[in-house]
Amino acid sequence: MAEQFEPRIIAFVCNWCTYTAADNAGVSRMEQPPNVDIIRVMCSGRIEPAFILKAFALGADGVIVSGCHPPGDCHYSNGNFKTFRRMPLVERLLAQFGIEKERFHWGWISGAEAVKWAQLTHEFTERIRALGPLNWSRQLESKEE
Amino acid sequence: MMDAGRHPNITLLTYSEVTEVSGYVGHFQVKVRQRPRYVNVDVCTGCGACAEACVFKRGVPNEYDVGLSRRRAAYIPLNGQAVPLKAVIDDQACLYLTRGKCTQACVEACPTKAIDFTQKEQIIELNVGAIVVATGFEMFDPRRLPAFSYGKSPDIIDGLQFERLSSATGPTQGQILTSKGEKPRRVAIIHCVGSRDENANRYCSRVCCMYALKHAHLVRDKTGAEVFEFYMDIRAFGKDYEEFYERVQREGVYFVRGRGAEVVVLDDGRIQVKAENTNLGIPVQIDVDMVILETAMEAPHDSDRVATLFGISRSASGFFQEAHPKLRPFHTNTDGVFLAGACQAPKDVPDTVAHAGAAASEVLALLSRGEVVISPTTAVVDERFCSGCKTCITLCPYSAISFDEAARVARVNEALCKGCGTCVAACPAEAITARHFADRQILAELEALLVPV
Repeated sequence: MAEQFEPRIIAFVCNWCTYTAADNAGVSRMEQPPNVDIIRVMCSGRIEPAFILKAFALGADGVIVSGCHPPGDCHYSNGNFKTFRRMPLVERLLAQFGIEKERFHWGWISGAEAVKWAQLTHEFTERIRALGPLNWSRQLESKEE
Repeated sequence: MMDAGRHPNITLLTYSEVTEVSGYVGHFQVKVRQRPRYVNVDVCTGCGACAEACVFKRGVPNEYDVGLSRRRAAYIPLNGQAVPLKAVIDDQACLYLTRGKCTQACVEACPTKAIDFTQKEQIIELNVGAIVVATGFEMFDPRRLPAFSYGKSPDIIDGLQFERLSSATGPTQGQILTSKGEKPRRVAIIHCVGSRDENANRYCSRVCCMYALKHAHLVRDKTGAEVFEFYMDIRAFGKDYEEFYERVQREGVYFVRGRGAEVVVLDDGRIQVKAENTNLGIPVQIDVDMVILETAMEAPHDSDRVATLFGISRSASGFFQEAHPKLRPFHTNTDGVFLAGACQAPKDVPDTVAHAGAAASEVLALLSRGEVVISPTTAVVDERFCSGCKTCITLCPYSAISFDEAARVARVNEALCKGCGTCVAACPAEAITARHFADRQILAELEALLVPV
């Protein structure tokens, strides 16, 4: 039997909303796929587009960016608005690099939405599993040769 | 409340509302709007002469008796038990203030000349070190579930109205009477109205089982009526609560296991309660003289506004979100803002007292330290790389970055910086570093997580 493809997913989450949700999901013993690795930043406004590209370049098959619900949930008043402006640009950039748009998810999960976090990680993992491996670094290398 | 009112270090601002909060832990600036009460509280003795003299005899429904009695425009709130014990004139009801026509009998009657119709709204500015939010709860309005026929008969009442009926200061001086003025012979008590119900609130409101049992006990004790309790589960969770439940069972209350499904008011005014007895698996239908709907506690309707004002978030149920469900249940994610009581989740009296006491001691611990520990995760500008483009200055939500005109570089004020990192992500020269969340650190995390296997 062929081994099932296990995607590697990086999630950039803000400390106050989505990280709290993920923490609550854990405290509440909700099942979450081990494929998603979390990188915590203080605010989704800290997330640079370069981080997302770097994640794909280093071998991630999918990337999640999640922060606090606009308009008023952001711990830092309006960091989520910066995310709201930056992420569509990242989407366009990824399309230009030939990365399927399904491999990148950005959105909002509040600290109270542990269930939503557990659902997102499950659904996203299954979505990436269906897409298969990205191997972007190898593609980049072959282009360079 | 009386003790708080008498304490020399506590100032009570009644009839007031917080309209603006700025600043940070240890140094909040709060704007409070105090509505005019048209009574000079310095001389009012709380004698109630103005209320007796008020010519608006018909009055308006008395909020404290949940509409079971009426009060006049001049009155002492809480049926004369207000803290501080001072009169107030309701500017929505007062004939002089609404229509400009009144003999102003209250002014004549007041022995201390306390009534002052020239009072205006006041804005009070306060500088405080910490804030405790204790905005409480609202009772679920049973009209939202039409099956219970609330409002269709004066004998279908909610738990709070029953409390007023059985209170010695209530409209019946504590006698439990139907709208005909008779003692009821049969009373139905329906649990979980507005809680554990997908059509209303999914959460268990926690206190209703115990107050429903208390109501059953009071009805048995004061009227001897037959009492039917329609419940799904009895949650007698606290110290001595299970024993009280057993006592009420021994007092001869009938417990029917099954959610009250429908309350029907017949054409002749009789009331029928329909439910399923899930222990016996049969439908039941009982004629009663009085129905008490034990309603859920809900977050107040304006709690979204309060949450935004104080920078706190709300849980899915609408109550304010604590910083940690187990370890920090009275903190919020905003330093210096604490929660006390039912604004955080439904609570009974002992739990509220404990929660509030913990919040108060947390405030004292914070203020007596005299200094606060701030997070080391601030942004710092490497002036060698700063090109002086000022991109960061407009982005900072705390105005923590200023521009040094002489050196032509941006500088971060570490006391104001909260470390969100927005400027770090935006700096085109990569001159700003977020301490503990530096690019280098995040990329190292990425490399470690994505190490080839």
